[in-house]
Amino acid sequence: MATYIKGAALISPQKTFGERALPDEIMAYEQVNFLQCKEPSYREFIDPMVARRMSRIVKMGVCCALKCLQDNGMTSPDAIITGTGLGCLEDTGKFLGSIYTSEEKLLNPTPFIQSTHNTVAGAIALAIKCHSYNATYTHRGFSFESALEDAILHLDENPKSNILAGAFDELTPDSYTITKRLGLWKNHPVNNLQLVGDNTRGSLPGEGVAFFLLGGEKGKDDMALLRSLRTFYNPGNYADVEREIDQLLHDQGLATKDIDLVVAGFNGNPAGDRIYYHLMKNKLKDSAFACYKHLCGEYDTSSSFALWLAATVLKKQVVPAGIRLNDQTSLPVNRVLLYNHLRGRNHALYLLEQC
Amino acid sequence: MPRKVFVTGYGIISAIGFNVGEVVDSLKKLKTGVSSLTLIDSVYRDEIPVAEIKATNRELYVMARPEQRGCYSRTALFGLIAARQAVDHAQLDMKSPWRTGLISGTTTGGMDNSEKFYKSYLHDNTKGRIREVAGHDCGDGTEKIADCLGIRDFLSTINTACSSSANSIMLGARLITQGKLDRAVAGGTDALTLFTLNGFNSLMILDRQQCRPFDENRNGLNLGEGSGFLVLESEEVVTREGKAVLGEIKGYGNTCDAYHQTASSPEGHGAYLAMKKALEVAQLDPENIDYINTHGTGTKNNDLSEGIALEKLFREKVPPCSSTKSFTGHTLGAAGAIEAVLSVIALQNGWIYPNLNFSRQMHELGFRPAEEFRTGVSVRNVMSNSFGFGGNNSSLILSKY
Repeated sequence: MATYIKGAALISPQKTFGERALPDEIMAYEQVNFLQCKEPSYREFIDPMVARRMSRIVKMGVCCALKCLQDNGMTSPDAIITGTGLGCLEDTGKFLGSIYTSEEKLLNPTPFIQSTHNTVAGAIALAIKCHSYNATYTHRGFSFESALEDAILHLDENPKSNILAGAFDELTPDSYTITKRLGLWKNHPVNNLQLVGDNTRGSLPGEGVAFFLLGGEKGKDDMALLRSLRTFYNPGNYADVEREIDQLLHDQGLATKDIDLVVAGFNGNPAGDRIYYHLMKNKLKDSAFACYKHLCGEYDTSSSFALWLAATVLKKQVVPAGIRLNDQTSLPVNRVLLYNHLRGRNHALYLLEQC
Repeated sequence: MPRKVFVTGYGIISAIGFNVGEVVDSLKKLKTGVSSLTLIDSVYRDEIPVAEIKATNRELYVMARPEQRGCYSRTALFGLIAARQAVDHAQLDMKSPWRTGLISGTTTGGMDNSEKFYKSYLHDNTKGRIREVAGHDCGDGTEKIADCLGIRDFLSTINTACSSSANSIMLGARLITQGKLDRAVAGGTDALTLFTLNGFNSLMILDRQQCRPFDENRNGLNLGEGSGFLVLESEEVVTREGKAVLGEIKGYGNTCDAYHQTASSPEGHGAYLAMKKALEVAQLDPENIDYINTHGTGTKNNDLSEGIALEKLFREKVPPCSSTKSFTGHTLGAAGAIEAVLSVIALQNGWIYPNLNFSRQMHELGFRPAEEFRTGVSVRNVMSNSFGFGGNNSSLILSKY
């Protein structure tokens, strides 16, 4: 398997769309309960008449996908594959609410139509009149990884194909309230740049949309090579996680010393971060460590933000000070190991290499 | 050399039966599952017929025998019941070293429980039993099924609306073909919810009578609920374990109509491309298809668009076809898998299922669906179509081996 990241686009709480201030500039948010995306101007990408009917996440999704395609001179990919943990929440809530408030009478179907998880992938295909393969995965912390695994299968089947794979998740006032009640978030506002290391329970919720153009053959402007992607479910202990890392490295003929940088999913919740600290102090102690969720918040498909960040680091050969967790960083960065887990159940390891 | 993918087990729960035996019996007796709504509190109870599984969540919980306690959505319970049947049927040993995956397709996920929560939450956002919404996401049910059955090497959930579980089967087959998995339990599950009932009703595509797929006077679909799962295994597993092969996943196509967010293109372009692609993958010609289990929802739009696509591909020789949704209702994310299970059973027995409630041929089309339960037919290759909102069209080819 060879999966080249040809290009990427990202809408996030950071300045990542168009102006590309990250990694040079990091946005600080003080005393916040959540992080929300900086929305781009949609005009350039979506006809305002069409955009008017779209919910915020559908607009962000379509806009981000189209930018990824345009920046890379791609008019029609061979597959459009998305991953989302929770789908189109705003419209789901809107339609569900209207059922009760209007007592099931005279409901506007638009929010129902746009509530399904495949709305974004369908709207992208519609925007570019693309009849090729189209799929949407929705499995918690494996949502984006499933989309990538499907993309990798396509590239194995036909290395010449170009795949658009991406992820989206939105935070709405209701989804924040409900997940807060589930105990996922901190009970007090935080400064995002101090998230990692905060010793209180819970994390900081966020959201984001990312799209990647993937190909099976090397090109001259590729961002990075995704050498391997490995997911594992509900490991019993640290040793299980270490075994997965060993297996991934072994399959690639590498050792821990070959990993220059580890981008890990620290989210400020001590229980969940323990495994990352454990690896940083033990198995991966010779590698530089970086975190990313203080930039985008925690959400089901946050690993798509991390993949963008890791690919950007490899392409630009810059590790911004604002993401470093230890002082091991040295250039060049040839290989990055990305490791994230969602609530201890869905774990993903990515091995990336400089092109 | 691509590896072959075999079907070695299946399971099903639907309004026409709690297991394969009961479902087959209903099909033979031309007994539909479409009746009145009893388990959801809706103003449309007496107006909109549905194919409801007549068992409460409590009764389903007993039937599902979950190994792990927890708050199960109706969707998860259906899925566990059907997936367990499939795993038992294939006699899968979860302790063996084969790499096994679980792939499920669903559109509603834990919505049935979320609705209970939301009703209280809407009036006061500190109210509502929080455990009822914790499993709202589509992945929750898949993880519950996997935890109960002991599957852990690969888990995924697909939501491409009404083609979700056809895509689960396709993904399972591709993972095995590429040697990434040895075995996959692939299918889908969906429960009737107030959300989908009102959603489809707001689109004005729910028939107030029994649905009439491919009939000139068809007037919409009947929603249904249930689950279907197939066990897929590689040739290596089947050979080494000496397993009985029930069928082969020979072809699959997934395309996008890219015409409209909900409506199908009048010429059925996406549907045509999906079927054509499935034939290419299977290396078969149109005349090799002996039976088509159509998407056939009974809406004006789908049946016309699918019918035109069928005629474009098969010309004047459209093979025997029918929509079993006239029995099971449209089970949304579960439909592709339920119909794939029925397709394998058709292959094994040489059956062609009838299309209920058909009386008048559509004036735009030159073919009519099968109207009787036919036995003793040589059925070597079955095509099963599943099309969804967002233009997500998929077609599977299941073959005798």
